[in-house]
This record gives sequence, structure tokens and C-alpha cells, in this order.
Amino acid sequence: MKLVVCVNHVPDTATRVKVGSDGKTIDPAGVTYIINPYDEYAVEEALKVKEKAGSGEVIVLSLGGDSNKETIRKALAMGADSGILLKDDQPRDSMDVAKALAEEIKNQGVQLVFMGKQSVDYDNSIVGQLTAEMLNYNCVPVCVKLEIDGEKIIAEREIEGGREVIETSLPCIITCQKGLNEPRYASLKGIMAAKKKTIEEKTITTTTSVTEVVKMELPVGKQPGRIIGSDSSAVPELVRLLKEEAKVI
Amino acid sequence: MANKILVILEQRDGQIKKSGFEAASTAVNLAKELNTIAEAVVIGDSISNINDVSKYGIKKLTHLKNADLANYSSSGYTDSIVGFAKDDYSFFILSNTALGKDLAPRLSVRLNAACVVDCIKLNVSGNEITLSRPIYAGKALVDVKFLGEKKVVTLRPNVFKAQISEDSSPAEIIVKEITEVNLRSRVTSIKKSEGKLDVAEADIIVSGGRGMKGPENFHLIEELAEVLGAAVGASRAVVDAGWRPHSEQVGQTGKTVSPSLYVACGISGAIQHLAGMSSSKYIVTINKDKDAPIFSVADYGITGDLFEIIPALTAEIKKVK
Repeated sequence: MKLVVCVNHVPDTATRVKVGSDGKTIDPAGVTYIINPYDEYAVEEALKVKEKAGSGEVIVLSLGGDSNKETIRKALAMGADSGILLKDDQPRDSMDVAKALAEEIKNQGVQLVFMGKQSVDYDNSIVGQLTAEMLNYNCVPVCVKLEIDGEKIIAEREIEGGREVIETSLPCIITCQKGLNEPRYASLKGIMAAKKKTIEEKTITTTTSVTEVVKMELPVGKQPGRIIGSDSSAVPELVRLLKEEAKVI
Repeated sequence: MANKILVILEQRDGQIKKSGFEAASTAVNLAKELNTIAEAVVIGDSISNINDVSKYGIKKLTHLKNADLANYSSSGYTDSIVGFAKDDYSFFILSNTALGKDLAPRLSVRLNAACVVDCIKLNVSGNEITLSRPIYAGKALVDVKFLGEKKVVTLRPNVFKAQISEDSSPAEIIVKEITEVNLRSRVTSIKKSEGKLDVAEADIIVSGGRGMKGPENFHLIEELAEVLGAAVGASRAVVDAGWRPHSEQVGQTGKTVSPSLYVACGISGAIQHLAGMSSSKYIVTINKDKDAPIFSVADYGITGDLFEIIPALTAEIKKVK
């Protein structure tokens, strides 16, 4: 079976975000970019499905600038077979990203697609569902357990205070959550092999964004508060403040 | 009227959730500003608190009813709403919950609408709406505007108030039986975490970090959470160490939360954690290291031994409650 894994190239979660000169995007100076953490679970799951089937092909798909190739290589080093970069430097909203991904997934004729449950930059968590709906595929978002038996899929996804058990079928997009698996580390051999794997580049030019970011800003910083004490004798005063000043208990 | 607002109320176990009423109230207020009408829809089998929508100023609610829709089905819910709402509404409001985040984007594709999720503020100026939403788990905020007519929006729970409306005359409730349900994708069961509140929805959260020294000490956190009626949260370090489940993780690769009160115990405050919780209204920290970054966002702090302080706090709260 041919599988697609969509990966995104994002600022490291340790980044101190600064607003760029356009007032709308992050200042990239000094920022380290990594594979989106949730996408590692997606790559791992795709590799597991291929290994279980005993054959198949895992294609890594990413949309963005040239630097996204680093993230594609990372997935190739973990064991994916080949990469496709949808090359584009335009800002795009989720709908626009989903359109480009859906088109390429259709081109590849792929029935099972994995991606992270959200990208840790814009935190939209909707690209998987959008792409699925455009393709008329099923979708299991925020997946923490997956069993595939032929065409049939039984999956669990995280909801507030528990998990939903979902029955659905191929074709399907799975968006992956921490807990689904333990992503493997790329071995030295894997890293060497990744250098020889192909990354096909396709330039996309049309944008059809339906939303626009007009301003980006940093949240108003909090004033540091009060240290009430250094042992349990401070507890009554803390409780009084919570009750009378903050009025939260 | 083709530009009406439709608020999609979420029900679980036959009860409309609090976040649903927050969305209803927000929709009613927004409709006033935009000089239009807000109506509501709920999907499910029987719904016990359906009449409560009247309190929040909703005048018309449609109940799309079928026993197979008691539990969520992405295909069933999407088809039902699209069939019902196609031409009459231009603005759709949902809650940014697991269900809302799944349903909203699907609707936006089918209704040819733009989708903006996890909004914490709606600004209306004339006929133009801008939405504020956190990005990078709250390290930054963006204002987003729509380029098209049709809009789907999800609201972060606990941010918008469910205000009792001055005009709370009974809403007209229309039950519409759905005869054919598309169950291509369906929820067969729900595995509930035992009796626990979820951090994403809780009004108070008590979180533990590495300072708790081991999973065996988390009963202290659970006991404090119990007396406060709070959810238990955790730092990434303790989730990665396997002490706590990932569903409790607060921060950039966990959940971003905005409760009224966040109590951080033995959490030093890595940048990813601070991003996920610093928009809480009040933050209390108990930590022996007075230089820990968590103190920079805390309203009240006690520096000291949490194994002594947490039980004392639990006992004191029991006394005053």
C-alpha cells in the first residue's frame, strides 16, 4: 500500500517568539526550525503500517520553502521512502494548505494519509479534516490508537475527559496525537540512506486563502505577583486572598 | 434572511454543554452588533436541558433528532447540518472542543466558508469582523479577518461568558427528525477517564511537575483538586516520565488552558508550559526554588516544601468551603 505522511517545518517549541517587521508573522532571526512534533507520530505510524503489511511505500509530503527539505529528510531518515516538496513561499491559511495537499494526495492515488494533529506554530488543528472533506475521505482527528484491517478502521481519539472509539473505513486521513506510538530515532544508517532518497519538487503558485492575518502581537506580560511566605504558615493568607481578593474559590 | 448566525450547540450524554451556552450567548450579542438574528441548532437524541437556551436570548432552536446521532458521527453531523443550514445562514459558531474542532472544518468545506478556530475575542467594526486567536500555544496572538462572505468560527471554552439575557422569553423549539443518517464514520463507544474533569474545560486546574518527585505523590495533587472541584494537570516532564497520562499535559505539546485559577505545584515553568497556561486569570505557585520562571507569571506564590504546603492548603480550603 502507498501511504502519504504530511509534515510541517516549524519553530522549535523552545523559541521565544518575536514579531517580524511586517507585524504579521514571526521574526525568523535566530529561530531553529524542527519537524512539527506531532508529525513524528504520523511518520512513525505510517512506517508501522508499512512494516506490518510487509510491503508498501511511504511518501513524505510538505508544503513550504526550500528549508522544509530538512524536515522531509528527517522523515526519510526515520525510514520513509521518498519526498515531495510543494514549493511555495506565500503565506497560506489552512484552507489553502489543505487544497494543495488534497490535490497532491489525489495525484498519488493514496487511500491512507497521516499527519500531526496540529502544527505547533499556528495551532489550527484543522488541516487534516479540511483535506479529508475536500477529498471525500474519512478522517480520525487526534488519534491515539489505530487498528486497520483491510478496508476497516477502528481507532480511538482523544476528547474531553476520555476517548471516542470510532469505526470507519478507507480512504481515510489520520491526524496523530502524542500517545499513539513512540517515534523511532533515525539511525546513522537511516541518515546516510536519506541523503540518497529523492525529493521531488513541485512549484505551486495559485493561492486561494479565505482568511488573512492582519496583525500579530505578543500577549500583555503579567506583573509578577506576591510571595506570601515560605512554609505552610502562609497557607491561611493564601486562601484568604483567593477567596476575598481573587474571588476564585 | 440569508445572513443569519447559526450557533451549533454541543451535547454530550443528552445535555447541552456549558461551552454551548457560552457560544449561544456570544452569538446573540454578535447578532445585535451586526443587526441580524442568531438561531441555534442541536444534534442528538433526547436532550434534557434544551429549554435552557431561552435564558441566553436564543429565540429559535432546531433539534435535529435521531437515535443514531446521540453520539458524535463526523459524517452524520456534517450531513445533517449542511442539509438544514445550507442557504439560510452565513455565520456559524461552534465551541473549540474535540467535537467543534472536527465539525467546524468539515462544515466550512461543504458550505464553502472560511474557518477560524480557537477564537478568544470577536471585534466588530461596522460590518467587518476581526477575530483574535492565540498562536504558538499563546506565545503570540493574531488578528484574523475573513476574505469571503461565509464564516465558520470556534470559540475557546471558558473565555466567553454565558450571560443570562434580559429577554429570556421561551424559545421556539422545532424538532426535525433526521430520517437517514450517514454513519460512514461513527463513534461506537466512549471510554471515559474515571470521574475526572478535563483540563481543557476546567475552571480550576491543579498541576504537578517534577517537584512532586514521583507518581506515588500525585495523590496530594488529586486531593487538592478534589476539594477545589478542579482538574488535575501535569507538566511535560512528568508526562514524558510516564508518571501521568498525556491527556493531563498542559503546554505547547499538550493543552492550552485559560482557567480562573491555575495552581502549579513543583513546576519550574519551561517556556512551553508558561505558553500553555499564562492566560489563566489567577496563578498560584508552590515551589521551593524562588528563582523558578513560574514565579514571573504567578499572582501568589509560596516558596517552600510542597509536601508540607499542599496538604495544609487542602485542609485549609476544606475548612473555608
